[in-house]
Amino acid sequence: MDYMKTKGRIFDIQRFSIHDGKGIRTIVFLKGCVLRCRWCCNPESQEYDIQTMMVQGKPKIIGEDITVREVMETVEKDRPYYRRSGGGLTLSGGESLCQPDFARALLRAAKEMGINTAMESMGCAPYEVIESILPHLDQYLMDIKHMNPEKHKEFTGRSNELMIENAKKIADSGMTNLVIRVPVIPGFNDRTDEIEAIAKYASQLRGVTKMHLLPYHRLGQDKYDGLGREYLMRDVLPPSMEYMKKLKAAAVRVSGLDCQIGG
Amino acid sequence: MGLYTYNSESIPKTDRIGRLVDHLFAKLPEIESARAVLITESYRQTENEPMIIRRAKAFEHILKNIPIIIRDEELIVGSTTIAPRGCQTYPEFSYEWLEAEFETVETRSADPFYISEKTKQDLREVHKYWKGKTTSELATSYMAPEAIRAIDHNIFTPGNYFYNGVGHVTVQYDKVLKVGYEGIIAEAEEELAKCSVGDGDYVKKSHFLEAVIISCRAAITYAERYARLAKEEAEKCGDAQRKAELLAIAENCAHVPAKGARSFYEACQSFWFVQQLLQIESSGHSISPGRFDQYMYPYYKKDLDSGRLKREFAQELMDCIWVKLNDLNKCRDAASAEGFAGYSLFQNLIAGGQNKDGIDVTNDLSFMCIQASMHVMLPQPSFSVRVWNGSPHEFLIKAAELTRTGVGLPAYYNDEVIIPSLVSRGLTLAEAREYNIIGCVEPQKAGMTEGWHDAAFFNMCRPLELVFSNGADRGEQISIKTGDVEQMSTFEEFYDAYKAQMNYNISLLVNADNAIDVAHAERCPLPYLSCMVDDCIRRGKSVQEGGAVYNFTGPQGFGVANMADSLYAVKTLVYDEKKVSMADYKEALLTNYGKGLDATTISEMTVQIAEGLKRAGKTVGEKEIEVILKSIKAASETPEIKAKGEKLLELIEAVPKFGNDIPEVDAFARDVAYTYTRPMETFKNPRGGIYQAGLYPVSANVPLGAQTGATPDGRLARTPVADGVSPSAGKDVNGPTAAANSVSRLDHYIASNGTLFNQKFHPSALSGRTGLENFVALIRSYFDQKGSHMQFNVVSRETLLDAQKHPEQYKHLVVRVAGYSALFTTLSRSLQDDIINRTEQGL
Repeated sequence: MDYMKTKGRIFDIQRFSIHDGKGIRTIVFLKGCVLRCRWCCNPESQEYDIQTMMVQGKPKIIGEDITVREVMETVEKDRPYYRRSGGGLTLSGGESLCQPDFARALLRAAKEMGINTAMESMGCAPYEVIESILPHLDQYLMDIKHMNPEKHKEFTGRSNELMIENAKKIADSGMTNLVIRVPVIPGFNDRTDEIEAIAKYASQLRGVTKMHLLPYHRLGQDKYDGLGREYLMRDVLPPSMEYMKKLKAAAVRVSGLDCQIGG
Repeated sequence: MGLYTYNSESIPKTDRIGRLVDHLFAKLPEIESARAVLITESYRQTENEPMIIRRAKAFEHILKNIPIIIRDEELIVGSTTIAPRGCQTYPEFSYEWLEAEFETVETRSADPFYISEKTKQDLREVHKYWKGKTTSELATSYMAPEAIRAIDHNIFTPGNYFYNGVGHVTVQYDKVLKVGYEGIIAEAEEELAKCSVGDGDYVKKSHFLEAVIISCRAAITYAERYARLAKEEAEKCGDAQRKAELLAIAENCAHVPAKGARSFYEACQSFWFVQQLLQIESSGHSISPGRFDQYMYPYYKKDLDSGRLKREFAQELMDCIWVKLNDLNKCRDAASAEGFAGYSLFQNLIAGGQNKDGIDVTNDLSFMCIQASMHVMLPQPSFSVRVWNGSPHEFLIKAAELTRTGVGLPAYYNDEVIIPSLVSRGLTLAEAREYNIIGCVEPQKAGMTEGWHDAAFFNMCRPLELVFSNGADRGEQISIKTGDVEQMSTFEEFYDAYKAQMNYNISLLVNADNAIDVAHAERCPLPYLSCMVDDCIRRGKSVQEGGAVYNFTGPQGFGVANMADSLYAVKTLVYDEKKVSMADYKEALLTNYGKGLDATTISEMTVQIAEGLKRAGKTVGEKEIEVILKSIKAASETPEIKAKGEKLLELIEAVPKFGNDIPEVDAFARDVAYTYTRPMETFKNPRGGIYQAGLYPVSANVPLGAQTGATPDGRLARTPVADGVSPSAGKDVNGPTAAANSVSRLDHYIASNGTLFNQKFHPSALSGRTGLENFVALIRSYFDQKGSHMQFNVVSRETLLDAQKHPEQYKHLVVRVAGYSALFTTLSRSLQDDIINRTEQGL
């Protein structure tokens, strides 16, 4: 049971989450990310270091070192809701794969306690790391933000080859239910051909049947102020529902996937 | 048989229903004087006759002479007032408040009513007769002086039944549908024939049965008046379709409720007369239709199977009934109107659940009830659904769809808690399985129970104030002395003092309720209502005199969350961690944490200080009082007091609160709730029943909070107290599952008069089929953990803010307010703010 003592760094645990995986879920947000996406709605997730962020005029410490056992005490509290809704634990971030031992131990603990597991991740880590996690993961909610490496790099700080390749390996492993998620960001990937390219790739992945189009939102804007950072997307408006529906139709047309707007 | 035993397919709304709704809400509701004039005429003619006979004759006189009307396009007829949504008055219960409020009733913020000069004049005239003859005057004379004093000091308020009839009952609709009032007359005659003039109970019993017969005949006569009116209107009607409708109405009214219903349509009309006439006999609200989907089903099924009835028409008839339930209205005094805001009559109608054998009996009509609420989108009926492990999933999904509309309906009830809870109160298992809900959240067995639900509001915060003041309030010793709070050396001692203050004041509440109970039995026994409740006819007694099989009194406590958080904060900060002295805590409460004092509090403190000076042998005159007043105001707002208050609030903020899924705090809250629910069980009422506690405030948590000083949980003086068993507003920060887990850790079984748990959701939480699935899962999970009731407001904050700004555009906006749905724009501003400020879950 040593894995229960594994320590990691999180910045939030959010209960009653209903938009990230099936049913009513508890999301554990791991701190630290490999990317620096301009639209990121959780900018406090990016640095691994513990930070201070101003929240409603008061300083708040962001980041807590915690053991798997301690996290699971909270996760366990909503077991009745998981049972009734088919929900469970979802890891999010940041990029959970930045803390592979902790992520693996959390997922393992949940599975051994009979709790369904999911992970939101870009798959931005060596495949061996991902492979070691898959046996404990029921659903992989994988972000693919863009098929074009240059544009990907320009907006997220990193090229996308590793992630694209990992998506294929994860799908081929057959060990988890892979869902492709696309944050739809105006000016970055919201052209029809851009979304179509992702959808096409997703449809070629073995076993993939679902794709989520997540419309850009600005709910994280205040956090940039709180961290003393500049929000580069200040003037960008969220896509209209009508436009999202158009993108969804385009994606379905080229891929045949079961597409939905929102998680 | 297919997959299901019911047909759940939706039926569209007809244009008629939209027009009926618009017509109903076109104008401000109006007070009419017809009933008051007629009852007074009758009473003047029956002086010195037995009271039960006088009541029956008055009922008869009203029904023979009250103006009647068939509204345009109605299919179900029977209106208590000529004006839509109007109300009659009931001077036999109380009248002084109305006369005092003649000039303000039209402009007040909660539930305004138009009243014409002619009506005022009529009422002034008849009110002269009622001086000294009302139930409220008699009740006052029966009350112990200390109970009256406790009411004056807002420890509890039994205003509901003090000013009005009792209502709060579900009668045997099924019996009227089956045998009609002719059948009930026959039953009463048979019982009468068995009596011998020499019997010990002959005097009372024979008069009661005679009164039943008069009342039933009056109901038949009233329906016949409608039959004639419909026929007359049909003769004049040029539109062939409407003419046919009017003739059908005439035929219905000629047959029911005199005789048993022969069709679903007749059953609907018969049901309506029962529902309407109960509310002409007395002003009691929460006359609850109960299990409509069950007692109407045989008529629906028979007509459907024989091909006489189309589902579409059945739905339209039900929609018409739903509209009619909003045609009834009641004017309350201004203070009560705040507490029961939203013109609500709390006519609770429930669908789904089990039969007496424990088999789920959800049927077509259960779904059509949900559909009817979707069609009319109005607060009445207070629509509820029963949930248990055997409830069809599709039924709950359909109910969730109704929740998603934001109409604040339905409320969800848990069979798995309520059934054993009722059994623990003496009902048989078979009876308990057939329960329905009265009013807001009160469970009982229809047609057998006089539950006196909603008997009083008890403010659990006030006894804690009495602990700090050693039983004094506004300078007067109104309660027992529990000692100097600063000398209490252990938390147990402090908690015991709270329990002692609770026990004493609960006994005063019982005294007040029992006094009112006796007054109703003596002055306003209700023969019409009683003939539809077992065992009144056999016992020869009205329900007011103990004729019902089951008799309860259910006063509700509120402020559980405030008291749990308060006592826990005192325990933590004063006794465990010793971070604050009791003297400082007391000072902070007296000075409202340095946030400024209102006039009431300042005068109260002045009196206390003056008394202290007097005890010390000093003379205190007008001049000294003035000096004290000024110095208190200055002293309560010194920078030092402000800083201390701020510091203490910060410390309190850090103490864990109820509603956050912290087992230790929740267990503590459970124990605190027992300080109300357990003593209550030990008391008896004059009808031979027991007291049973409820934990819900309707919407009285706002007005009664305004009468409550600062509490140790950091709640400021005069602000609302927590609603129902819900956590204090804004204190639950871990989301809806955590709040539900906490609330489920209270003992819902012992609060057998009902508990109320409110959650507010943004519509996005229920979007799509997935949203509905998760929502149903949330309810099921709370119920798995033995919560008893759950209700939801699904509306966005922006919508509510906009409705405050442009009320004219939101005339139909319904929100769920603590146990019932109300029109948002009719609520008082402070209650509107409270609803807006409740934690918005699930965003």
